Amino acid sequence: MLRTVGRRAASASGSWKLWGMKVNPIQILQRKHCSMGVLPDDIDRSSEAFSRNSKAMGSLISDLQSHINKILAGGGPEAVKRNRSRNKFLPRERIDRLLDPGASFLELSQLAGHELYEENLPAGGIITGIGPVHGKLCMFVANDPTVKGGTYYPITVKKHLRAQEIAAQCKLPCIYLVDSGGAFLPKQAEVFPDKDNFGRIFYNQAVMSAEGIPQIALVLGSCTAGGAYIPAMADESVMVKGNGTIFLAGPPLVKAATGEEVSAEDLGGASVHCKTSGVSDYFAQDELHGLSLGRNIVKNLHMAGKGGQLSGLQKINPEFREPLYDIKELRSIAPTDHKQHFDIRSVIARIVDGSEFDEFKKLYGTTLVTGFARIFGQPVGIIGNNGILFNESALKGAHFIELCTQRNIPLVFLQNITGFMVGSRSEANGIAKSGAKMVMAVSCAKVPKVTIIVGGSFGAGNYAMCGRAYSPNFMFLWPNARISVMGGAQAAGVLAQIEKVNKKKQGIQWNKEEEEIFKAKVVEAYEKEGNSYYSTARLWDDGIIDPSDTRKVVGLCISASMNRAPEETKFGVFRM
Amino acid sequence: MASMAIIRRKLSHTQLHLRIVRVRSLSDSASASKPLEKILVANRGEIACRIMRTAKRLGIRTVAVYSDADRDSLHVKSADEAVRIGPPPARLSYLSASSILEAAVRTGAQAIHPGYGFMSESAEFAQVCEDKGLTFIGPPASAIRDMGDKSASKRIMGAAGVPIVPGYHGNEQDIEVMKKEADRIGYPILIKPTHGGGGKGMRIVQSPEEFVESFLGAQREAAASFGISTILLEKYITQPRHIEVQIFGDKHGNVLHLYERDCSVQRRHQKIIEEAPAPNILNDFRSHLGQAAVSAAKAVGYHNAGTVEFIVDTISGQFYFMEMNTRLQVEHPVTEMIVGQDLVEWQIRVANGEALPKSQSQVPLSGHAFEARIYAENVPKGFLPATGVLYHYHHVPVSSTVRVETGVEQGDTVSMHYDPMIAKLVVWGENRATALVKLKDCLSKFQVAGLPTNINFLQKLASHWAFENGNVETHFIERFKDDLFVNPANSVVAEEAFNAARFSARLVAACIIEKEHSAWKENLSGDNGSLSMWYSSPPFRVHHCARSTMELEWENEYDSSGSNLLPLSITHKPDGNYLIETGENNFPGLEVKATNLDDHDFRVEVDGLIMDVSLAVYTKDQAKHIHIWYGSHHHHFKQRMGLELSEEDESQHKPSFETASHPQGTIVAPMAGLVVKVLVEDGTKVEEGQPILVLEAMKMEHVVKAPSAGYVRGLLVSTGQQVSDGSVLFSVKVSHFTFCILFIVITYKMV
Repeated sequence: MLRTVGRRAASASGSWKLWGMKVNPIQILQRKHCSMGVLPDDIDRSSEAFSRNSKAMGSLISDLQSHINKILAGGGPEAVKRNRSRNKFLPRERIDRLLDPGASFLELSQLAGHELYEENLPAGGIITGIGPVHGKLCMFVANDPTVKGGTYYPITVKKHLRAQEIAAQCKLPCIYLVDSGGAFLPKQAEVFPDKDNFGRIFYNQAVMSAEGIPQIALVLGSCTAGGAYIPAMADESVMVKGNGTIFLAGPPLVKAATGEEVSAEDLGGASVHCKTSGVSDYFAQDELHGLSLGRNIVKNLHMAGKGGQLSGLQKINPEFREPLYDIKELRSIAPTDHKQHFDIRSVIARIVDGSEFDEFKKLYGTTLVTGFARIFGQPVGIIGNNGILFNESALKGAHFIELCTQRNIPLVFLQNITGFMVGSRSEANGIAKSGAKMVMAVSCAKVPKVTIIVGGSFGAGNYAMCGRAYSPNFMFLWPNARISVMGGAQAAGVLAQIEKVNKKKQGIQWNKEEEEIFKAKVVEAYEKEGNSYYSTARLWDDGIIDPSDTRKVVGLCISASMNRAPEETKFGVFRM
Repeated sequence: MASMAIIRRKLSHTQLHLRIVRVRSLSDSASASKPLEKILVANRGEIACRIMRTAKRLGIRTVAVYSDADRDSLHVKSADEAVRIGPPPARLSYLSASSILEAAVRTGAQAIHPGYGFMSESAEFAQVCEDKGLTFIGPPASAIRDMGDKSASKRIMGAAGVPIVPGYHGNEQDIEVMKKEADRIGYPILIKPTHGGGGKGMRIVQSPEEFVESFLGAQREAAASFGISTILLEKYITQPRHIEVQIFGDKHGNVLHLYERDCSVQRRHQKIIEEAPAPNILNDFRSHLGQAAVSAAKAVGYHNAGTVEFIVDTISGQFYFMEMNTRLQVEHPVTEMIVGQDLVEWQIRVANGEALPKSQSQVPLSGHAFEARIYAENVPKGFLPATGVLYHYHHVPVSSTVRVETGVEQGDTVSMHYDPMIAKLVVWGENRATALVKLKDCLSKFQVAGLPTNINFLQKLASHWAFENGNVETHFIERFKDDLFVNPANSVVAEEAFNAARFSARLVAACIIEKEHSAWKENLSGDNGSLSMWYSSPPFRVHHCARSTMELEWENEYDSSGSNLLPLSITHKPDGNYLIETGENNFPGLEVKATNLDDHDFRVEVDGLIMDVSLAVYTKDQAKHIHIWYGSHHHHFKQRMGLELSEEDESQHKPSFETASHPQGTIVAPMAGLVVKVLVEDGTKVEEGQPILVLEAMKMEHVVKAPSAGYVRGLLVSTGQQVSDGSVLFSVKVSHFTFCILFIVITYKMV
């Protein structure tokens, strides 16, 4: 803005007086253009911290990659072989064939179900993610038949529902690649009855369809019992000859119930459903054909006037510049020890276009960094932590969020927060009131929100910085991330004190050693449960990413979020 | 253009004679009639384009004639005006004298250039032109008549002292008489129609038993092609060379020769590579030939362009007069290249009444030229003419030493109505060796896709050691067939070929993926910039590299191995390169970087080697066809489309006739064509190898024989019917009672 004003003034008068001094406007403009907003390169690459961080993050990433490699292998070589022998592709291969050639795919929650059950459940038995088909971003939900026959564990349901939630929020057409045995019966109590359980899948389909969000099902394998409702509830569905079957009860159950003996194909094959029952709309000769029919369905979607594709947000500058600094250095910036401070600007400098960041209220409430930038040409408002949240920082945050909602600028939260400042002075100053303002602003902001946890995420800081409970459109973690209500050591201290008091009441003397053991247990539990794997396995986020992918992921998330018309924000009552 | 360049090169030489030429021209112009201002070209294809090019350069306006099949063809576009002369069959259009004459009158053309083929050697037509006051750009009708009758021409030549091959040229055409004459001359015998050329109707008879069938066939073909069925017999020379001399005469009695061409390398009696001058002959022999040719021309009072063909017995070193072609030949450009003259210009000047622009001693002989004829034909199927759409056609860039004479453009159809020649590639070099280097290079860069061509075969021919040595003779292809044709039994060669194809397939994969990717990127970033990041290169994946797969089917000539399906896995590396694996353990992955230069050209980097690659992609018969050219390689792959383009609905999941193979004993048409004769009736008992019917296509007859002994079933075609490629003609069943259902897919069209 300043630049525009300056330029306009300059062109009007040719030269102008600045603080009483006659200067050449060109000089000012040049100086401003070069220096303003471009973040400096302030990393000391030869420092001991740099190499320590880099080493620590390196080992975290290689751990992550080895977990991911297992997940990419699906249900193991035997299951994969069996799948291939039926002329079926693996779920990611199916998605690859549906996507436009050479298109990117933002896969979600790869580590869902990680060490969650006794048995391995790679990717939670379901692959979800976003990518373009015929130039339209779609949400893919693909059962992995090589993992427990594609059955729905509780986490599978959660991942399916999360994908639908994103699709509903971003108004993305849903493509269901169905190849599933239905609910995992031994865990039916956690899968079937509750609000956010299996039934919610079909509820979501109905509601999204009502909102004009296309629901497309490709039946590439079995689709039994409850699963049969996925194609039945879809707007359009495709069935593959030989492999695709839809029935409420499979041949064994039919025989048990009625004595009728019938083959799967005759009971609910593509022919039956495309010719006789009308449950399916398109008959595919084989899987490749089915996938290309799926592409054609998307090609024929006409979403003009539905607010799809045309976002009301700011115009995108297609000619963006890459950040000035090496994006890979993000692997060396964040310390794995959360007590170590790092400047969030060094992260921002590596994810925004041209490393240009126009900071808002730079000198006020300095523990919260706010400002405007672009990512792949898309305007964003960035909020990052540079320390504990004080009164001023929280107020500044609330102010900045209001600004962005007014202007329909998506928000990016870079979380590295230990919490709000505690203590008498802080309480007296109304830190709860200030925090509440920021939480109110975050909750009500209707612009797209993307949260990346680049370090710690503790306590109310998690709320104010748009944690999972605040429904960011997307939320990703760096491998070093920690999420908990407070730090392990602090929690241990608090709990030990309470325990001490309790024991005292019972007249038990707690010796130092016992106390330490007690504390260590608490710390250990916090360590485990605050870990990024623990979080991502339970879908408290949308995945763990390599720090050097941050720019890409944030860019894709924002692009996906802008797929809809803007919504107006209405805030609640701010406590003044 | 090329000839002009040679003239420029030979500037000093030309300047020397310039004054003399000018003096001659001046003196001529006084006596000559008014020069031509508008010419009708009574032909099509490359020769029509070629003639118009020279006419344009001389400021002469041009009129094209076209049949309905040629309405949008290049020769029509090249002309100032064009006149429709009838439906596609040549006899109703390009052979219709009245339509052509009418077109000339209608457009006010003063002269007709007949090109080669069609009306070029019709004495009647030349006569009618003269009668109507139109200049026929060619020899006098009398000379055409004399030379058109091969028997008469030999008598005349014999009388003029030109050596002729022993044979029978009599008017008595009774089969018994002919057979006796054949016995007298001695086998092998050559049967030839007295009229026409181009090998049509010609047959070699090895033994008396074959004589009758061959004789009747030759008669029929002659009648169909030329309207006259007179046949002559000749001693068949077993190791001959075909050397012909270009002669030129004016209306003032001057005749000179422009040296010889060697056209020995032939298939199906048609030339495919010609060169000038003839290799491995002595200057003495050359001048003897030239003199003989000039005396032959003088014997019939010849003027304009003509060619005197000689057969040279390589064993005895003797040469004999074969025939004289009273027209501009297909292969005239090789002569133009070595003498630096434009023969069409000479033709027009002679027609204008001017004297020849040079005297015999002024005709230079400079360097060496080759012409390779690029045909749409199926080499492994015995050079059968092919038809189809030129989905991709990029010939080599022309220069002062490289000419491409063509009458077609990309997207054109090579139809069954006319000659399947696509282009003539003409190159010139300082000597035979350098010209040959250029020929090979140009052939490897000559890109045609959509129909089978002989380019690969021409490459093999040009690279053959015997050809390199100039050891050409008429049976060259037959003699070296083991080297020139694919031998599936040769496992070493087949393995090498498969490796080359495997390498090509990987390049194809990289280029196709790169191109598709950039196409989508371009398509979508135009109006909606917000999505462009979804198409960045390489495609983004969370914690892994994006992978694609592609299954290419190699169009394998070495079909013995049977495994020509190449499954490819392509990994998009973070640096934008593609890692391409074939899934075979013994072949490691190949990392390829492909840069899309334009529509079909790529710059590819493989293992430090950077090279140019060209690709042609088109869809035909529900498959994606991909051609790749690089270095001297050309490969053709097919890719399944995932039925995307198929309009099949679910009811068609029964086997269709395309997938079901025909029942044993079923005979399908080897090519599209016209049924000219049905020799047996349906239900007849036949022996193995017995001729059943005769198909004519591309002016060639193809006898369809019984594959085995049995009864003919389902023979529904009759004379005059058009059949399409692959359509069922009949089947032969062993038992008399076998009832067979045929998938009749022929669309019968009455001609």
